[in-house]
Amino acid sequence: MSTESTAILDDYKYGFYTDIESDAVPKGLNEDVIAIISAKKGEPEWMLEWRLKAYRWWLKKTPPKWAHLHYPPIDYQDICYYSAPKKKSDNPDEIDADLEATFEKLGVPLHERNRLAGVAVDAVFDSVSVATTHREMLAEKGVIFCSISEAIRDYPELVKKYLGTVVPYTDNYYASLNSAVFTDGSFCYIPKGVRCPVELSTYFRINALDTGQFERTLIVAEESSYVSYLEGCTAPARDRNQLHAAVVELIALDNAQIKYATVQNWYAGDKDGKGGIYNFVTKRGHCRGKKSKISWTQVEAGAAITWKYPSVILEGDGSTGEFYSVAVTTNKMQADTGTKMIHIGNNTKSTIVSKGISAGQSVNSYRGLVQVLPDAFNCRNYSNCDSMLIGPNCSANTFPYIESENSTAVIEHEATTSRVSEDQIFYLKSRGLSEEDAISMVVNGFAREVFKQLPLEFSVEAIRLLEMKLEGSIG
Amino acid sequence: MSETKTYLEIRNLHASTEDTPILKGVDLTIAQGETHALMGPNGSGKSTLANVIMGHPAYEVTDGEILFRGQNLLELEPEERARLGVFLAFQYPVAIPGVSVAKFLKSAHDATHGDNKLKPAEFLKELRENIKYLEVDDSFINRYLNDGFSGGEKKRMEILQMLTLKPRFAVMDETDSGLDIDALQVVAKGVNKLAGADFGLLVITHYERILRYIHPDHLHVLIDGKIVHSGGSDLVKKLEEKGYDWVRQEFGEEVLVG
Ligand SMILES: Nc1ncnc2c1ncn2[C@@H]1O[C@H](COP(=O)(O)OP(=O)(O)OP(=O)(O)O)[C@@H](O)[C@H]1O
Ligand SMILES: [Mg+2]
Repeated sequence: MSTESTAILDDYKYGFYTDIESDAVPKGLNEDVIAIISAKKGEPEWMLEWRLKAYRWWLKKTPPKWAHLHYPPIDYQDICYYSAPKKKSDNPDEIDADLEATFEKLGVPLHERNRLAGVAVDAVFDSVSVATTHREMLAEKGVIFCSISEAIRDYPELVKKYLGTVVPYTDNYYASLNSAVFTDGSFCYIPKGVRCPVELSTYFRINALDTGQFERTLIVAEESSYVSYLEGCTAPARDRNQLHAAVVELIALDNAQIKYATVQNWYAGDKDGKGGIYNFVTKRGHCRGKKSKISWTQVEAGAAITWKYPSVILEGDGSTGEFYSVAVTTNKMQADTGTKMIHIGNNTKSTIVSKGISAGQSVNSYRGLVQVLPDAFNCRNYSNCDSMLIGPNCSANTFPYIESENSTAVIEHEATTSRVSEDQIFYLKSRGLSEEDAISMVVNGFAREVFKQLPLEFSVEAIRLLEMKLEGSIG
Repeated sequence: MSETKTYLEIRNLHASTEDTPILKGVDLTIAQGETHALMGPNGSGKSTLANVIMGHPAYEVTDGEILFRGQNLLELEPEERARLGVFLAFQYPVAIPGVSVAKFLKSAHDATHGDNKLKPAEFLKELRENIKYLEVDDSFINRYLNDGFSGGEKKRMEILQMLTLKPRFAVMDETDSGLDIDALQVVAKGVNKLAGADFGLLVITHYERILRYIHPDHLHVLIDGKIVHSGGSDLVKKLEEKGYDWVRQEFGEEVLVG
């Protein structure tokens, strides 16, 4: 490994910090802190009550231990639960120049004049959403796309009807915590029969020190509607760990389709494993309607620790769930990720394609559950979980669980583990390809099926991200 | 010999892997337009020599040099050697799942043809011609590189790559092993298409039959990391009849001991 490529490997280009005055609640967690967060957001009483119920539940729980992850206990009193950049202007529609510059630097322009065509963006900075683009155009179609805080204020009935119906606050330790303290995230509502004309996208940025980000996203696709949604995330490079505990809920009614893609590039810590984001996320979709479809596509390239299982509850007859994942771990990163496909309706189908790539001393585990309930007839699942190892010191694990209680189910599972060999890289180099091109060719070939699922410009972006991550990790 | 005519020159080459010496002083000079054959028993170091010429990182060159058209190859990365026109048809080509033959060949062609890159349409046209010439099935180009290829298909793939990249100097490491007679002729056709004044070739083989199609100017015998004997085409016959023990006895007393 040349020293130059090692330097590139350590260079997390999103690791900068924006020096901006913030309005933060003191560190620590108790009912008062939750009441302050709720008040700052101008929430109705029912929302605060829900948060408090979640908090009281959470107090009785302990963190899950079953994942293949190792980290010291988190001191929840040493975290700041709310930090918002102070607004310089009184005009609510104006974005502060510093924030705009920050997002510009992250490749997410917010201003009308250079914002991305074809993509509406909600930009979340620490605990608040700072801007949502393309609103008027979406409003014409009846599509609601705004921050969850706004939705709670402006569309309380919709939020009340759906929030917590896929991931109840009792679901798991981190989901309970999120329900108690969630700050911002996105809300999308696609009315009946509408095909959302642009990609909806949320960009999450953690900036403040010792601040947790607890995002909450809710997407509702009414009958025969369609939406494609993308999520991206980064954080400054710091040598202390930061917590990101998100909850995402998707609801698809009859014949509706939701495509949800994530390109996750949280700061992963340095090469000795110091610092980085703990990414403890609960993502779940509910195919509530007949012939509805939910697809998760994720490219997990960052975070010190990832604990994440985007799942689909296939309740509507003939509904389809998909999970396409590429998870890359380098240095001392740890990932325990996968999916759950719960077949409740008849003729439901699910596809799982997971590609784990581990390098350095990292640990990369796939954990998945395919469950077919007794009354679910003629269900199908196809799972393919491949692991690729780069170098001698990393490891990969596969934990596929199948619980089929109906004999008409057809479940197929394939798994392979391979190693990127010196010989493969040499073979490609001997044909004139540089080391970087050789690695990226091998890795792209390996993750091909997943990249195919991303919208073109994002797949190019994702491929570049993987290349950057893996540079210098062979040999 | 004048400097300009010498194409490939290997002088006193020593190479080891994991501190075990494998090549123990190889000298070999190939002039422009020449074809040389290299034979030798299993484990004598033939593939090691091929790999060292290409720059495989598993081998450490402890002494000697390799010059190609006056340039010291040992200072260069494998991809830089490839860009100079050095090619190795591997004894055991590896698979790259998920990467189509077409995409791979285009990348390799672009990487080795600096300023003379072809437009995709032109490239495809040329590729189709080569495929036809080598009597390979059309569906080949959409398959993943060497993934699930039969032994013979892998060898044809190496020759297809060679025709695509048009190297100036190629090493063919047992490309003939395991081929049926038709495939062997195809390999020979591929080589003969490139053969000419601006091409040099080193054919590593265990069998005389390929040498009936590709007529070497010189033949060398490698035993225990050293070229112990060289000769003309008559040497092939002798080897077939008498085996390597004869060479050992005649020319390599010192290697008998080891
Ligand atoms: N990467 C390596 N690691 C360890 N030993 C090696 C390596 N490469 C070659 N060797 C050893 O070096 C010796 C020469 O191997 P090489 O592959 O060059 O032989 P060869 O002449 O090509 O044999 P064959 O006719 O069987 O192809 C063998 O003993 C082999 O085991
Ligand atoms: Mg060999």
